[in-house]
Amino acid sequence: MAIDKATVLRIAKLARIEVSDEATDGLADELNAILAWVEQLSEVDTEGVEPMSSVVAVTLPQRADVAGVAVPREDLLADAPNAEDGFFVVPKVIE
Amino acid sequence: MSVLTDLTITAARAGLEAREFSARDLTDAHIAAAEAARELNTLVFETFDLARTQADAADKRLAAGEGGLLEGVPLAIKDLYCTRGVHSTACSHILDGFEPPYESTVTENLWREGAVMLGKANMDEFAMGSANVTSYYGNVINPWRRHSDDKPLVPGGSSGGSAAAVAAHMTLAATGTDTGGSIRQPAAFCGIVGLKPTYGRCSRWGLIAFASSLDQAGPLTRSVEDAALMLRAMAGYDAKDSTSVNVPVPDYAAALSGDVKGLRVGVPAEYRLDGMPEEIETLWSQGVDWFKAAGADIVDISLPHTKYSLPAYYIVAPAECSSNLARYDGVRYGLREADSDLTHMYERTRAKGFGAEVQRRIMIGTYVLSAGYYDAYYLKAQKLRSLIARDFQTAFEKVDVVLTPTAPSAAFAVGEKMDDPIAMYLNDIFTVPASMAGLPGISVPAGLSHDGLPLGVQLLGQPFDEARMLNAAQFLETAAAFTAQPKWLTERAG
Amino acid sequence: MSSYRIEGESGEWEMVVGLEIHAQVASHAKLFSDAPTDFGAGANTQVSLVDAAMPGMLPVINSECVKQAVRTGLALGAEVNLYSVFDRKNYFYPDLPPGYQISQFSQPIVGHGEIEIDLENGETRRIGITRLHLEMDAGKSIHDMRNDATCVDLNRAGVALMEIVSEPDICSPEEAGAYIRKIRSIVRCIGSCDGNMEQGSLRCDVNVSVRRPGASLGTRCEIKNVNSVRFVMKALEYEALRQVEILEEGGKIDQQTRLFDANQGVTRNMRSKEEAHDYRYFPDPDLLPLELDSDWVERLRRDLPELPDAKKQRFMAEYGLSAEDSGVLVAEKETAEYFEQVTVGRDGKLVANWVMGELFAALNAAGLEIAVSPVSAVQLGGLVDRVADKTLSRRIAKEVFEIMFECGGDADAIIEARGLKQVSDTGAIEALVDQIIADNSDKVAEYRSGKDKLMGWFVGQVMKASQGKVNPQIANDMLTEKLSG
Repeated sequence: MAIDKATVLRIAKLARIEVSDEATDGLADELNAILAWVEQLSEVDTEGVEPMSSVVAVTLPQRADVAGVAVPREDLLADAPNAEDGFFVVPKVIE
Repeated sequence: MSVLTDLTITAARAGLEAREFSARDLTDAHIAAAEAARELNTLVFETFDLARTQADAADKRLAAGEGGLLEGVPLAIKDLYCTRGVHSTACSHILDGFEPPYESTVTENLWREGAVMLGKANMDEFAMGSANVTSYYGNVINPWRRHSDDKPLVPGGSSGGSAAAVAAHMTLAATGTDTGGSIRQPAAFCGIVGLKPTYGRCSRWGLIAFASSLDQAGPLTRSVEDAALMLRAMAGYDAKDSTSVNVPVPDYAAALSGDVKGLRVGVPAEYRLDGMPEEIETLWSQGVDWFKAAGADIVDISLPHTKYSLPAYYIVAPAECSSNLARYDGVRYGLREADSDLTHMYERTRAKGFGAEVQRRIMIGTYVLSAGYYDAYYLKAQKLRSLIARDFQTAFEKVDVVLTPTAPSAAFAVGEKMDDPIAMYLNDIFTVPASMAGLPGISVPAGLSHDGLPLGVQLLGQPFDEARMLNAAQFLETAAAFTAQPKWLTERAG
Repeated sequence: MSSYRIEGESGEWEMVVGLEIHAQVASHAKLFSDAPTDFGAGANTQVSLVDAAMPGMLPVINSECVKQAVRTGLALGAEVNLYSVFDRKNYFYPDLPPGYQISQFSQPIVGHGEIEIDLENGETRRIGITRLHLEMDAGKSIHDMRNDATCVDLNRAGVALMEIVSEPDICSPEEAGAYIRKIRSIVRCIGSCDGNMEQGSLRCDVNVSVRRPGASLGTRCEIKNVNSVRFVMKALEYEALRQVEILEEGGKIDQQTRLFDANQGVTRNMRSKEEAHDYRYFPDPDLLPLELDSDWVERLRRDLPELPDAKKQRFMAEYGLSAEDSGVLVAEKETAEYFEQVTVGRDGKLVANWVMGELFAALNAAGLEIAVSPVSAVQLGGLVDRVADKTLSRRIAKEVFEIMFECGGDADAIIEARGLKQVSDTGAIEALVDQIIADNSDKVAEYRSGKDKLMGWFVGQVMKASQGKVNPQIANDMLTEKLSG
């Protein structure tokens, strides 16, 4: 269960959040404290208990197959930090 | 302070209908109050011009006899709601400048009923917090002060701005959201009424998502009747939200009689905590006595899995939020930290854009969902959830409502409980179980602490039984006769 | 088991292949949003707020997509799961706006099934289907429009996909091709997907490993997004050999995700070198579990059109066609329909020859689909009638067909206009025959001395002299009689 520095970096990578080297230790401590606290759940016998699949006891509503109006392109791209020629523009993945 | 800002919604509506004052008068009074209350930092974005326009339009409708449920009523809207063309950022740096081209269903409902928007209320970033100390726009200051010192106090969270604004009389009411207690707990800290409806009662469409299976929109008001009015306007089925439940919205206010004779009130043993402040336990007992005296049946109940609600919540909510917040990546809107590499762009944008608490919860959530840990954490927590819900179901066979304290303490000072995240999480200990079970809950101000701070008492109801819960709440409100005012107001009166 | 082997330096190897086919559901709107799904629209013009993952947006499922997924499952002979769950598959990519794909992980809408594939040698093989699930497609990331940036088009983001996963029962490139064609034929038959691989409405991910015959499974590599049957087969050939060479040199296969470079005919390791993805699947809390009514599923099963395999069996029984020929005719719904229209009141085998022979050849050469054939089913029927009643010799009939295909028109009109009726007037034929015999006394002598094979030559001469119009059977009979002295 213990989260070490390497795990912090791995999780940060999965979550795409840059964590500075200095911050990893502090973060590891905080996360470990929280995990230690939630560990008490293992005291409870949940054999045969179904996980709560939905809070509301209804079935998945479905909608008719009717195409609506898409968001006009100018509106869609209006808030984009970088957009050109009708596309969202992002940096490439550099190997 | 103008008397117009001391009204309830009910009184304001009556005054408007009787032409005692105009909607414009009402809005102008609140704008003035809001300007005077800026030091409390309750609004992160003011929409005073819009409010005046809306108020004028309300006056026209009132003159034509076409007023809606909330015609002319000024409201503060939590910054978690997407409001068309108006700053909607969840008080996060990562949504800097975001003005949605769409309106949330709940606020759409409010505008349709004639309400007026004063501004966007401050909140903990992405609704994660119980003190409103994590907002990108700075802390909210509770209008209440302790007798014993003059330290600024937190208003509770995450709907801290909403609660403080209502308590400071700069708005008639406010909208908030409640995921683990974020309406009820700040309502208790600020001496006002805060209502979390049944999960699925109000639409989540256009509500910036934190934890999808827990988030619920709800009102913060100065009276139970006001909460009933607000709920009626806010609630309703929305086909755009797959978790919205299609049950009719009753006239909640009409059902308020204040009569609780024969009402079965459950008192759960597990909510009596070791080391609980005596004054809170006393107030809770007081509540029990009030009910008993009015002819209600007091039933001792057991909700055996209560103590596991909070740790289970701190697995489920972070897990869902880690996924819900993945869309904040600098690609389509909001903040982007430019970089020549995509991965770095993501990492730096999110590191810069999210505050520490949000980052912490995303990390926890990512971890508990990751390979090898899903069963032990997330799945386990979801099973606990079933048990918690089952506890309530069983109890509700014997009782109609459940009575508990709202918070384990009164408002604390800004800066306290900051070094230990868990200490902060424990603020939600009484509110989280109902969230996990999807049940409605309401906090009613019921007394003062020894240090002159408001203390709230909570009622929990059965799914979609808000009417009965509100009625019991109104009874409590009457019995408690809570008339104390925050120092910020009393200092300015007279 | 298949007999397909890869020849390595040190002996034989076999390949084990599993295919994941992504079939875009033929619906008007996307899976969880109501944006339109038309192909070829301008970039970012078919994107809804939900597709763009704007703050506060929520998914609502499209009933048509649910229905088509169930119908496809039924058509694959698979179990339909009345209870299924949508899960989030979490990863970051610019063409995946929410940072997660809504898919189905542990409880898909369709479970185990099986289909039959037809091989060239006339054999059939059963290939297992592991599951079919619904998921949303991602948008498109275009890397070559700019040097230092990627351009993202979200039109495709949110479109409904059915992911059909095969068991690793496929053993050769040929089987892989036959499997894909069969799946395509089935979904086109029931109308759940248009199966257009060039447009990307049917895409394949190929999983392949190699092993010594009878050994346990080797490490597999995945080749992503191969968009034609030919490329799938080529990719398999290349990749299997690549793996064999590594293993024979004593190396190990790294489990990799690769791309097929159609230009070079090779597979390459994908540029983005992610460590094994941790997708952190969990049930999507914005959606409830999907529950289907069993009566509704039964009605869908009952209302399915005749599937290719059933049609094939029927063609064999009704028209007396071989399994192979039937297989060809039922592969495409339009072909089967065309064929059946022509066969009404006619001999199935004869019609089959004409459809699979002349018609297919002409369509292929012209690059046309049968749906837009210049020769309609009615017209072809008219031509076949004239062959059957011997108005035309086979050779002339072919010429008439060519004219019909190039210029249009009915067979009768062309025969009339060009005077192509097969000559069966014995008087006229006799005159020709006599002429040929008279002009070729040396050949006559050779034939009479025992060179029977010359009969063919004689008949050919008669045909040549008559521009192919003489009924060859009559010419043959007459020549035989006259030459035998």
